[in-house]
Amino acid sequence: MGEEHYLELCESPVQFEHASNVNNVFFDEANKQVFAVRSGGATGVVVKGPEDKSSVAFRMDDKGEVKCIKFSIGNKILAVQRTSKSVDFINFIPDYPHTEFTQECKTKNASVLGFCWTNWNEIVFITDQGIEFYQVFPDKRSLKLLKSQSINVNWYQYCPETAVILLSTTVQGNILQPFAFRNGTMSKMSKFEIELPVVPKPAKLSLSERDIAMATIYGQLFVMYLKHHSRTANSPSAEVVLYHLPREGACKKSHVLKLNTTGKFALNIVDNLVVVHHQSSQTSLIFDIKLKDPDCAVNTHQPVLPARSIHPYRIPLSGPAVVPSQPPVPCQLYSSSWSVFQPDIIISASEGYLWYLQVKLPPTVNLLQDKGKLMDFLLRRRDCKMVILSVCSQILEGGEKGSLPVVATVFDKLNQVYKEYLEAEQTYTVAMESGPSRGSAAQKRPVRTQAVIDQSDMYTHVLSSFTERKGVSHKFIIAVLMEYIRSLNQFQITVQHYLYELVIKTLVQHNLFYMLHQFLQYHVLSDSKPLACLLLSLESTYPPAHQLSLDMLKRLSTANDEIVEVLLSKQQVLGALRFIRSVGGHDNVSARKFLDAAQQTGDQMLFYTVFRSFQQRNQRLRGSPNFNPGEHCEEHVVHFKQLFGDQALMKPSTV
Amino acid sequence: MASGMQEKQYTPSLLSFFVYNPTFGPREGEEEKKILFYHPSDVEKNEKIRNVGLCEAIVQFTRTFCPTKPAKSLHTQKNRQFFFEPEDNFWIVMVVRNPMIEKPNKDGKPPTVEYQEEEILDTVYGAVVRECYSMYKLFNGTFGRAMEAGGVELLIQKLEKFFYRYLQTLHLQSCDLLDVFGGISFFPLDKMTYLKIQSFVNRVEESLDLIKYTAFLYNDQLIWSGLEQDDMRILYKYLTTSLFPRHSEPELAGRDSPLRPEVAGNLLHYGRFLTGPTNLKDPEAKFRFPKIFVSTDDGYEELHLIVYKVRQTSVELTRDFCEQLDGLVGPQLTLLASDICEQFTINRRISGPDKEPQFKFIYFNHMNLAEKSTIHMRKTASVCLTSVHPDLMKILGDINCDFARVDEDEEIIVKAMTDYWVVGKKSDQRELYVILNQKNANLIEVNEEVKRLCATQFNNIFFLD
Repeated sequence: MGEEHYLELCESPVQFEHASNVNNVFFDEANKQVFAVRSGGATGVVVKGPEDKSSVAFRMDDKGEVKCIKFSIGNKILAVQRTSKSVDFINFIPDYPHTEFTQECKTKNASVLGFCWTNWNEIVFITDQGIEFYQVFPDKRSLKLLKSQSINVNWYQYCPETAVILLSTTVQGNILQPFAFRNGTMSKMSKFEIELPVVPKPAKLSLSERDIAMATIYGQLFVMYLKHHSRTANSPSAEVVLYHLPREGACKKSHVLKLNTTGKFALNIVDNLVVVHHQSSQTSLIFDIKLKDPDCAVNTHQPVLPARSIHPYRIPLSGPAVVPSQPPVPCQLYSSSWSVFQPDIIISASEGYLWYLQVKLPPTVNLLQDKGKLMDFLLRRRDCKMVILSVCSQILEGGEKGSLPVVATVFDKLNQVYKEYLEAEQTYTVAMESGPSRGSAAQKRPVRTQAVIDQSDMYTHVLSSFTERKGVSHKFIIAVLMEYIRSLNQFQITVQHYLYELVIKTLVQHNLFYMLHQFLQYHVLSDSKPLACLLLSLESTYPPAHQLSLDMLKRLSTANDEIVEVLLSKQQVLGALRFIRSVGGHDNVSARKFLDAAQQTGDQMLFYTVFRSFQQRNQRLRGSPNFNPGEHCEEHVVHFKQLFGDQALMKPSTV
Repeated sequence: MASGMQEKQYTPSLLSFFVYNPTFGPREGEEEKKILFYHPSDVEKNEKIRNVGLCEAIVQFTRTFCPTKPAKSLHTQKNRQFFFEPEDNFWIVMVVRNPMIEKPNKDGKPPTVEYQEEEILDTVYGAVVRECYSMYKLFNGTFGRAMEAGGVELLIQKLEKFFYRYLQTLHLQSCDLLDVFGGISFFPLDKMTYLKIQSFVNRVEESLDLIKYTAFLYNDQLIWSGLEQDDMRILYKYLTTSLFPRHSEPELAGRDSPLRPEVAGNLLHYGRFLTGPTNLKDPEAKFRFPKIFVSTDDGYEELHLIVYKVRQTSVELTRDFCEQLDGLVGPQLTLLASDICEQFTINRRISGPDKEPQFKFIYFNHMNLAEKSTIHMRKTASVCLTSVHPDLMKILGDINCDFARVDEDEEIIVKAMTDYWVVGKKSDQRELYVILNQKNANLIEVNEEVKRLCATQFNNIFFLD
């Protein structure tokens, strides 16, 4: 069966001192930093970020138990909450005074639930009675209230990516009020209600903070609600309900992910996939909200793949104390000590690790039998290119019967994405060429994602090796190449020359010249000079290639010189002369070339005709039948005189 | 009586047709054994022997002058004989009576008969004889094959069976230049539709192992052939002049009306087999398809010819063992073919209704056998209608003979009687014949006119001026 684990923990986790009674651990979702606070900070605070350079270590006075600790963006100002009334600040900007300063919440009798940095100097306090939005002045060691809003708050969630704070309000807690922050402004977004499976009586807080998560999926902000099954309501299994939260306008229930089981769950977002971890079965499911399920009702989704556990992970023992022979310790996955944060973070505070969850694409290939669906799935993933190409190779070399329709579907899906990219690129180029016009300053160069599989990718990684593979019927090879060309044409993508070359090579190898002829006849292989030259080279094995080549050169209408060369090489001197005259290039051609060719034929009359023709041209152009020295026709003049005598030369006409 | 005073014109007609092998009866008294087939069969035995002997003698005699190219035809006042040796020592001879004019005489004397011995062309009827053999070979394989399989008896039997019917379909009076070319008319198609057809053909061939080759035709014109050129040439001839016309009668009513009603939806039943069973649902239906023989790298292979037709689109499927074939292809194939058919209809609407062609011309390309004629009306099983006078057709044939004599490109312009100009052009492997009817036109004007034609009709191919 091979590898089946399609989820894995990153190889190099962020390591920190594990939580203990002397060491408190905090995680800041905004900066993705882990704070290890020893003895209230007196014996040291170690901050570990995703990169080593964002790690900081410092000491602070122990002024009581730390409830929450976060850096502002860019590690400029540290905010520490120790009481339910106030938040303390410490400057981390060099040259600014380091002494702590404190801000109490403005609302009387309110207790601070927490705070969020929305900028390097902007902070939001969330209290049980509302929110307060402050600007911090580190130099003056003071804060200024920008805006506040009173509202009863049960709990809150923050999405740093979009700077949206979600507040749980009302007694049941299921009315959610989002606020968006940007550059010193706070805007209230439209509130919405989460449908509870059971409405409790009497009313009590029924929506837990643990069951709500915010994340951006495919560039859109969603609120994910883990709806547990309930015995009273008729819902046999749990599901995840997604609410789409647009910047403007109302929030809408948009997707339902069917979990088909019950128990304890946790959510992550990886590569725009919703990952649902199920603790009791120690497995995870993935959902792609863009993948349409024909068997399901609108926007109801089944897992893309069967449930599998995260790839087994061994904790690498590092540091000077490691004995080389000591094997890495297997890590307990789905441990109850795990905390899951958005979008893709898993933290084991007791062990002191922070991992990023990753999707491994190769195992998905064998788990998803429907190749069309597989392609839809892969094309939306970040590191998909090589996997997609390997799938292409696989379906071509599998040699299963009836695979052509599958091949066609896959090609069409690839080229759809390829075409969209080409179009965006072209629009961009046109916009750039026409100059930066007003209003369209935001024109961005389209990003080429890995899903853009172009012809050269296909050629290099799939088609060239496929056509050389032994044991594949040439019929199938040609059918596949034609299918690819058909698909490209269907999306109006210009086919590259090397693909035509591959078709021709394959046809020639199997002596299928008549097939080649028909393809050319219907212009399936588009005209080009290189293709015409390739055809010319086939003339010795397939004489009609000569005619096909000439026709192609003619249609190109920019290849008159090549046509003359071809005709002259066939000793069709008169034909060449007549041709160049018909296209109006007679005055500019090299007389020497024609005279050489005429002389080589050994046909004296032909030489005479060609010679006289050029003398007439000279007469017309320069008023004299003589050749210019630059034309290097001296030997031909001598040859002409030898054959026909001096008197046969055309004399300059006297006016 | 007025009618009795009129001249009576007789077109060329088949006098006799025979196949013989001189090695089968080398001794005296055994001459009859040489004869493998003789039409008409009611000719007296000795006369058969005499005629065969004469042909043998002529060929033998001319061989002394040129051992590799013995006589191909013999011209006499009343008839013309064509000799063809398709396989070693096997000869096919066709005797055609020259066209003649019967002029009634007064006073009850028998009418005077004037043979027009120069009116018929060797190239045309030589091609007819070769085609007779090719057609035999298409359905029976070579003479040699029959000999191997069942000796002379089998060969005689096969010849009898095949030619008895085939000769009745020969219409010597309407043979012309097109028979010399034996070309294929291709259906003009845009690249995308063509690629779709390719895709379809490939899929069908992939999913049905039995299918060896596929040819795709629309409206009697070829679009795709998986068969090699020479095999396709004769198969095309059979399909367009024999099989399709035979099956077209029921459809004729709607064929040429410009607005054929399009029935959407119920497309499933448009497809039918032209060979083999007429009704697949009939439990008694016999799944028997004609066999054909096509060339391969090493000899011949025997295939079954299956012709499947959806409206104007025909798909030929040739398979090795057809008994296994069932209706399972039917619906899928029909649907696909129907899609393509609709595409064609759209194309046709764009190109507008068939107009009277501006130029009367015949074009032929030896390289791909592509032929195009605006002179010929639709060919049917029985007649081949041309829109020009036979005299002009003969001039075309003559020009063609001239072209055949030399390798170089050339152009021939002929001023025919009755204001017609006939222009023949040969460029590389292509030939173009144009008939112009312009009163008082001079040579230069005619030349210009032909250039204009080339520029409009043949601008995408390389034609030397």
